[in-house]
Amino acid sequence: MTTVLHCHKGIGPAVRGTALCASDDFSARYDLDRMKGVFSRPAHKLYGQDYRGQILVLNTAKGGVASAWMLRHMRESGVTPLAYVFNSVNPILAQGAAFGEITMVDRFEDGDVTTLIRSGDELLVEPEAGRITILSRAP
Amino acid sequence: MKLNDEEEAMLAGEFGPARQWAIKHQIAVGSFFDAEDLVPVGQAHIMADTEATGTTGVEFLETLARLPEDQRRVRIPTITDPRGVDFAAYKRLKQTEDMADREARAVRAFEALSVMMTNTCINYQTILPPVCGEHLAFGDTGVVIYSNGVLGARSNFEGGPSALSAGLTGRTPRYGYHLDSKRRGTRHFVVESSLSSLNDWGVLGGLVGKATNSYWEVPVISGLDRVPNSDEMKHFGAALASFGSVAMFHIPGVTPEAPSMNQAFHGQIPPESVKFDADDFKRFYAQYEARGEKADVVVFAAPQLSLLEVEQVAKLIAGRNIHDQTSLIVTTSPEIKFAADRMGLTDKIERSGGMVLSGVCFYQSYAREMAEANGWSRLITNSAKLVNIIGGYGYRPTLLSMENCIESAVSGRIMQ
Repeated sequence: MTTVLHCHKGIGPAVRGTALCASDDFSARYDLDRMKGVFSRPAHKLYGQDYRGQILVLNTAKGGVASAWMLRHMRESGVTPLAYVFNSVNPILAQGAAFGEITMVDRFEDGDVTTLIRSGDELLVEPEAGRITILSRAP
Repeated sequence: MKLNDEEEAMLAGEFGPARQWAIKHQIAVGSFFDAEDLVPVGQAHIMADTEATGTTGVEFLETLARLPEDQRRVRIPTITDPRGVDFAAYKRLKQTEDMADREARAVRAFEALSVMMTNTCINYQTILPPVCGEHLAFGDTGVVIYSNGVLGARSNFEGGPSALSAGLTGRTPRYGYHLDSKRRGTRHFVVESSLSSLNDWGVLGGLVGKATNSYWEVPVISGLDRVPNSDEMKHFGAALASFGSVAMFHIPGVTPEAPSMNQAFHGQIPPESVKFDADDFKRFYAQYEARGEKADVVVFAAPQLSLLEVEQVAKLIAGRNIHDQTSLIVTTSPEIKFAADRMGLTDKIERSGGMVLSGVCFYQSYAREMAEANGWSRLITNSAKLVNIIGGYGYRPTLLSMENCIESAVSGRIMQ
C-alpha cells in the first residue's frame, strides 16, 4: 500500500529512490566527507553511513553558507545524494538546490517527515506537485 | 513573483546571460520561499572559498568572467568572504600548489566580475558597517546575524551563488529577514550567569543556538549584566548562527529593534522562557575538555580577529616561545593584517613562533587536508563556532579562554 505525503512546492526534478533518514540536521560542509560520500561528523546520527544515491530525509539545515556551492559540486562529481527532504530548510540549502537543479522539498502538512519516513523506504519525490509517495516500506 | 520592466528584461536575456542566470536563480529561490517580489540591495558579500566551490564552482565563475565587460560586471558593491589560501603562507601550512592554483583562478574570475576581494567575515567591523533598515545580500552566517541583530540591517543567509546573483542584478528575493513580520522575537532566553570572556559569549551563542535550532526562530536574550562590545557580539552571533542556523536576535535595551522586551516580541511576549545559569556554561565547556593532552594546533579564527583581538594575542604571547610540537595560527582580514603589521603586533606573534594569516579563516582553508599534512588532531581555540564545526574535518576541539589557549601553545599541553 502506498502512502502520500504533502509538502510545499519544491525545487528540482521528480526522482525515485531509497530513503536514508534520521532525526538530525544537515550541513554539507560540517557533516560530510564529500570525497568518500559518508557522514563524517562523529556526533551525527548518520555517522559513517554512505549517502551516495540515497534520498536524505533529515530535520533541518544548520549554519554553513558553503552548502550553496557544495550541493552542485557534489552532484557534478557524482558523490552525491539523489535528493534532499527536510522538515524545514534554511535559505542556503534551497539556494544550493536551485543552483545545482537538485531535488529538494520541505514543509510537510502530515507532521515530522523524519518519523513518517524510515531508512530503506522506497520513495517517489515530486517537487512540482509538492508530494512524496512512499512506494514501499523498508523490510 | 512580481517583476518590474527591468527585471523582466533581465529574465528575457536583454542584459546578457550572466544577469539572466542570476535572476532565474533568484526567482527559483524566491518562489520556494513565497517571495512576492525582489528588493533592491546596497551591498553583496560572497562566500566562495575554493574548498566550498570545488573545481566546478571555479569553472562556473570563469564562464561568467569570459563574458563581455558590460554583461559580467556586478551592479552594486560586491565583496568577498575569506578565501581558502593565503598566498603568502600556504607553503608553511603545507597546502598544495593545486589549492593555490584553484584559488588564484577564482580570484582572477571574481576580479573580472568587478568583485572587490575584501576576503573578510568581519566586514561589519572593517569595510562598511550596515545601517539599520538597509537591505543587503550577505553571505557568511556570522556576518548576517551581526548585521541583522546588532545593526538592524536586513539580510538572509545568501550562499555564494545567491550573493553573486544579487551583485549582478542589484536585488534579492524579498522573504525572510527582509520582512518586518519575520523579525519578531519568538523565543525568550534568560541569562543567569556573568560572562567574562569572548569564549563565554560564544558559549552563550551555542546554548541559545542549540535550544533554538531553526533559521526561522528569533531568540530574545535578557538578563545580561552589561552591554557587550562588538567582539563579544561577534562571537555570540557567530556561535548562535553556527549551532542553531539562527540569523537574527534581539537583546532588549541593546539592539536597535528592541528598545524594550515588548518591542522585541512585537507585543506578543511568550509566557515561557529558558534560563541558562553557570552550570549550563560548565556543561558546555565539559563537552570539549581534554586537560593535559598534547596541543597540536592553537587557532584564533571563526570569525577573523579584530585589531583589538590581535593586540590581545600579541600581548599574551610577546617574549615567549610556542612549543616546538605545537602550531599557533591567527587569522584576520587584510585590512587588520596591514594595521597589525604597522603596529608591530604581527612581529610579536611571529617572533614567538605563531603565524598571522591574512584574508583566510581556518575552517575555510582546506582544514581536513591541513590536518593530514601537518599531523594535527587536537585543536584548541577560544571560538565556540570553531569547536562546533571543526569535528567534521577530523579534529578533536577544545574550547578555552584566549589566555589558556596561549598557555597551551607555550606548554604544548592543554591548560585548563
